[in-house]
Amino acid sequence: MSDAAHAPAEAPKKGMLASLEIDTRLLGMVGAFVVLCLGFDLLTDGRFLTPRNVFNLTIQTVSVAIMAAGMVFVIVLRHIDLSVGALLATCSAIMAMAQTVILPQMLGLGLGHPAIAPLAIAIGLASGALIGAFHGWLIGYLTIPAFIVTLGGLLVWRNVAWHLTGGQTIGPLDARFQTFGGINGTLGETASWVLGVLMVLGALWGIWRARHNKRSHGFPVKPLWAEAVLGIVTAAAILGFVALLNAYEVPAARLQRAFVARGEVMPEGFTAGYGLPISVVVLLVVAIVMTVVARRTRFGRYVFAAGGNPDAAELSGINTRLLTVKVFALMGFLCALSAVVASARQTFHSNDIGTLDELRVIAAAVIGGTALSGGIGTIYGAILGALIMQSLQSGMAMVGVDAPYQNIVVGTVLVTAVLIDIIYRRRTGAV
Amino acid sequence: MPTPLVEMRNMQKAFGGIRAVDRVSIDLYAGEVVGVLGHNGAGKSVLMKMLSGALPRDAGEILINGQPAIINNPRDARRYNIETIYQTLALADNLDAGANLFLGRELVTPLGFVDDVRMESETRKILARLNPNFRKFKEPVKALSGGQRQSVAIARAVYFNAKILIMDEPTAALGPQETAMVAELIQELKAQGLGIFLIDHDIHQVKAMCDRAHVMKNGQLVGTVTVADVTEDDILGMIIAGKKPESLVA
Repeated sequence: MSDAAHAPAEAPKKGMLASLEIDTRLLGMVGAFVVLCLGFDLLTDGRFLTPRNVFNLTIQTVSVAIMAAGMVFVIVLRHIDLSVGALLATCSAIMAMAQTVILPQMLGLGLGHPAIAPLAIAIGLASGALIGAFHGWLIGYLTIPAFIVTLGGLLVWRNVAWHLTGGQTIGPLDARFQTFGGINGTLGETASWVLGVLMVLGALWGIWRARHNKRSHGFPVKPLWAEAVLGIVTAAAILGFVALLNAYEVPAARLQRAFVARGEVMPEGFTAGYGLPISVVVLLVVAIVMTVVARRTRFGRYVFAAGGNPDAAELSGINTRLLTVKVFALMGFLCALSAVVASARQTFHSNDIGTLDELRVIAAAVIGGTALSGGIGTIYGAILGALIMQSLQSGMAMVGVDAPYQNIVVGTVLVTAVLIDIIYRRRTGAV
Repeated sequence: MPTPLVEMRNMQKAFGGIRAVDRVSIDLYAGEVVGVLGHNGAGKSVLMKMLSGALPRDAGEILINGQPAIINNPRDARRYNIETIYQTLALADNLDAGANLFLGRELVTPLGFVDDVRMESETRKILARLNPNFRKFKEPVKALSGGQRQSVAIARAVYFNAKILIMDEPTAALGPQETAMVAELIQELKAQGLGIFLIDHDIHQVKAMCDRAHVMKNGQLVGTVTVADVTEDDILGMIIAGKKPESLVA
């Protein structure tokens, strides 16, 4: 690879994996995930990889995965956020109170008004970003360690949530709001296919653009077959996922009710699949936007630079204090977004929502290859990490492992994963 | 007499009770290489950091081209075309050469996204000039040798049309061949009209490369000499004894 500058035309021969230029670490994680899924599927006589279970698994993962994407930035910047679960609870409480009490009664919109869900969500997201920015200010400008600020935040926000609701469960939430939860809001088969195809086209366009861009500067590019393999695998994964979720059929009774509600009669033999849950679409958007932010924006570049060498970033004229505020504000915003998904999924706000999420989120980021020493981490890794954690947990539940043993396994897996990562990095010399 | 490119007047900086820089005044002209010499702890790095914006000054005045300059942070210094090569190099180890070269000044596409391909292309161009053996454009700079890392740090300082260059022991980590290359580069930049402050311990180097030298001891300026007028022993005497040689006092 090192003599590529001299001979861009005849790139040296490489192994197949090297030609694909895929992160081997990612490949290892995907491999582990596949083995995990197949293993559970075998142990549960094929109940693990059914459309229904995959559907449930994905909607259970979304909340932690969204926050894990933000946690990558926080950890890359050499900080930590222990308050995400508590912050989620506060945002959830704010939104629950907004949509059940403040907007309908105090502002007189009335329950079920179409503006309630968007307004409540906007209030929640703004609150999350504001609280996060406040954490960032304490950390960046007042130089209190993030560990302390967010440890305090964990206690404060958990109980601010309690204070806002008087410790009560608040629900049911607004019907439109509930569409972000999963089962109550899916795209249906046609829209899912359309979205799937659009994503495939987007991915292919991205691959072509990258190749074209490198070409125009005379840099070496991957062999065509490698690009093709990459494109085909990506397309197959996306469309396969859509097909699987479309195969999860809405129960006949539920369809029946929907037809009755519209004053129609359900035709004989009518079936419909759920398709992609809206919450999963939200996660996809978060994943794509955050990846673009990490790799293609100055803000993302500065987060990684400051994580790699804070002094160098400062000497390069980067305002690292303001950067800290922005990163924590983003984390807060994503906590609020997770709060939308989490509370909508249970259709009410409960006092214990998000409890211990901080540990799941940090574990997901770390399993996903984010180094606590800073400067290294990927969004897709963290999301895959969240998926692995959730699969492990729900797989064990299906197999019938008792809850205490589940936690023993999850804890052990976390530590082992980090050990493997350390060994891998040492062997490959990767940073 | 032309206006000095840089004039620092009565610069002061204290850490706790220690006066790291105590009422020091120095200057630098365009097309000149000026050594800043002294033992460890003499205050030369602190003095230079006040010029590069890495440390705020307690008191004193900085003039650039005769105009008072406000330098409170590295961003300010960059606006005055002051570039610094730090002894620690100040590289983000986890990023590649291009990302480091353009750190804080990324090239962007029309939509405002960082343009890594164009930055790599520019990095290749400038490094081809500074260090033709440089190949590792894709690797994080952590994977580079000391000399290669130094090349990246130097490339970063010269790429952006610096007018004032501060080099803090630029050859400390280098082998003889690379040191010669840096010396050559310094002469080239000098010929282009840059003013260069060179912090160095190596008296041979100073004698060979510098036009003048400011010598510091215990935070104070011992004196300024024209290098051609003095011997290496004279300079060493100033550094160690903290006194100007008899022959020059008159």
